[in-house]
Amino acid sequence: MAGVPLAWYLILSAILFALGIAGFLFRRNLITMFMSIELMLNAVNLSFVAFSYKFGRVDGQIFTFFVMVVAAAEAAVGLAIILAVFRTRKTLAVDEIDSLKY
Amino acid sequence: MMEQLWLIPALPLAGFVVNGVLGRRVSKAVVHTVAIGTVALSFLWVLKTLSALMPLETAHVERYGTWIASGSLEFALEFAVDRLTAVMLLVVTGVGLVIHIYSVGYMAHEGGYYRFFAFLNLFMFFMLTLVLANNFLLLFVGWEGVGLCSYLLIGFYFLRRSATTAGNKAFIVNRIGDFGFSLAMFLMVVTFGSLDFAKVFPAVEKMPVEAAAGVVTAICLLLFVGATGKSAQIPLYVWLPDAMEGPTPVSALIHAATMVTAGVYMIARSWPLFTHAPLAMDVVATIGLLTALVAATIGMTQFDIKKVFAYSTVSQLGYMILGVGVGAFGAGIFHLVTHAFFKALLFLGSGSVIHALSGEQDLRKMGGLRKHTPITFVTLVCAGVAIAGVPPFSGFFSKDEILLAAHHHHPWMYWIGALTAGITAFYVFRAIFLCFFGEYRGEGRPHESPPSMTIPLIVLAALSLGGGFLPVPHFLDPVFPAMEGQHESALVFVSVALGLAGIGVAAWFYVLRPGLADRVAASLGGLYRLVYNKYFVDEIYWAAVVRPVVGGSRTLLWRVMDAGVIDGIVNGIGGRARDAGRLVRLLQSGNIRSYATWVLLGSVFAIIGMGLAGGLR
Repeated sequence: MAGVPLAWYLILSAILFALGIAGFLFRRNLITMFMSIELMLNAVNLSFVAFSYKFGRVDGQIFTFFVMVVAAAEAAVGLAIILAVFRTRKTLAVDEIDSLKY
Repeated sequence: MMEQLWLIPALPLAGFVVNGVLGRRVSKAVVHTVAIGTVALSFLWVLKTLSALMPLETAHVERYGTWIASGSLEFALEFAVDRLTAVMLLVVTGVGLVIHIYSVGYMAHEGGYYRFFAFLNLFMFFMLTLVLANNFLLLFVGWEGVGLCSYLLIGFYFLRRSATTAGNKAFIVNRIGDFGFSLAMFLMVVTFGSLDFAKVFPAVEKMPVEAAAGVVTAICLLLFVGATGKSAQIPLYVWLPDAMEGPTPVSALIHAATMVTAGVYMIARSWPLFTHAPLAMDVVATIGLLTALVAATIGMTQFDIKKVFAYSTVSQLGYMILGVGVGAFGAGIFHLVTHAFFKALLFLGSGSVIHALSGEQDLRKMGGLRKHTPITFVTLVCAGVAIAGVPPFSGFFSKDEILLAAHHHHPWMYWIGALTAGITAFYVFRAIFLCFFGEYRGEGRPHESPPSMTIPLIVLAALSLGGGFLPVPHFLDPVFPAMEGQHESALVFVSVALGLAGIGVAAWFYVLRPGLADRVAASLGGLYRLVYNKYFVDEIYWAAVVRPVVGGSRTLLWRVMDAGVIDGIVNGIGGRARDAGRLVRLLQSGNIRSYATWVLLGSVFAIIGMGLAGGLR
């Protein structure tokens, strides 16, 4: 992988992040939106790791571990919430889950 | 050498605390034993202290600590006794004790017994603080305190609307006077840097006498504003006649013998200031004389026995103010003393009559009572001859000294004063004749009062008759500046003759020719109605002061300032915040994707902004 320039990783990371945003904004299903968030987190992880490798420093990798841990916790809590929402409302369409506004 | 002066006011204060806290739970006998006991102990302590301090050529000062220290200003907790204070102490505790004893009989059938005695003791505490104070600030504490007790006791029958209104009137009118007193103290602090008698008076002595307006004149006039409120002088006298709504012992103690004379005492105490402001002295003398005359004329026409004596008190206070105003401080205080005797007696006597008639105060419904209440009758006649200035009874000596000093000052003042003396004799004996002579015109069976009431009457009667021989003016000589005196027998003769003439006219009108008075009143018509209605002063004040103030408060201060401006600002701020919230609330749609869009747009703008600003570096 020595021949792969840094820019390529970053471009890939940006594409993944943009896909995550697009998925979050345009899909209605709560599970899909949740997966989009995971995609964005991993896009960021990718750029962290790429920079870490490029500059020969370990900080980025440590950050990545942190993000993964948080993402795991978030997945657990988030999925629990989604389950609870689905049980009470029989739907996962976000446009219908808006009664907490005022 | 400490004489523990603080015990003198502290004893009645202890009585107030005990009766105030426990009075509700203990019997009437305990309540009045505590109240009378503390005052009696205070009186004995005064006697003991004075006998230890005699001859008291200079003031005896006791310092208990610093009360307020602020920068270069320091107000001490100091009591002092000089001969002037000694006289006041004896009058306050002595007459106070007699009236406390009298109250046991008078208040026997009244509710709120412990409350009455607690307030009476509290009054004694403040009055003694007032006369013992060694600086104007401590004096002011007593001054305000007696005003408070006066308010509480005028409104003693607080279920009666007229009593509470009278209490409010007394309190509010006194505020005007106290405002003047406060300003005078501020001016003294600015001018002399102190309120201590021992610092202010020597500082004044070094200043030249002010012929015209100046700072000392201003101080004196402002102090006098305070005195007009407390001592019921024109234009602030209107509260005192209404103050008769209180129980009669209160009228005797507070509104005749002691509190209302505080203004006279204060002016006499501040004589170094007043002698340096001749203009202020002239104002004081003129107001005093005018008050004496006006109040005496009103007293001629009233039918409520207590109102007659109330106007008489205003009039006699006018005499005292005239006395100190013409520089006869000793004579003014002398009249204060004798007046305390005979006016307390007049009130207690009228209280005895009212008690005998179960609450009737109208002279037209009395008459012929001398057979039913002989002791009251005899003692009231003693008070009458004393106040009418019949020699050799007490009023003759003190009034005469004032009138001679007035003649020395301005002869016309003497003539008006002497005329007033005649009127005084007339209205007092009019009341006595209407009350005790002729046929009984009321219902019910009058009865003589119990000994607890008649014994104080007898004691005061003895003092009224013989009080003139107390060497009060001579005793006060070291305190006050010397008066160049000349004793003119002709002037004495004239005033005595006028007094006797007043008694004679009263006897002719109300004993020898009953009904003549009504015909004279009818023939005078408008003039009589003017005087009978007290010159419409209350009505004028109502129209000129009370209604504009109340109306202005209601419309301008309440509706415009409070409801309009202040509430408007507060409600306006709240309302605008709510409007802004209503607008911003629209962003909170609850739609997750719109939130995400906002976040995205925000990030994009932030990145663009950072790019334009040249990156994070």
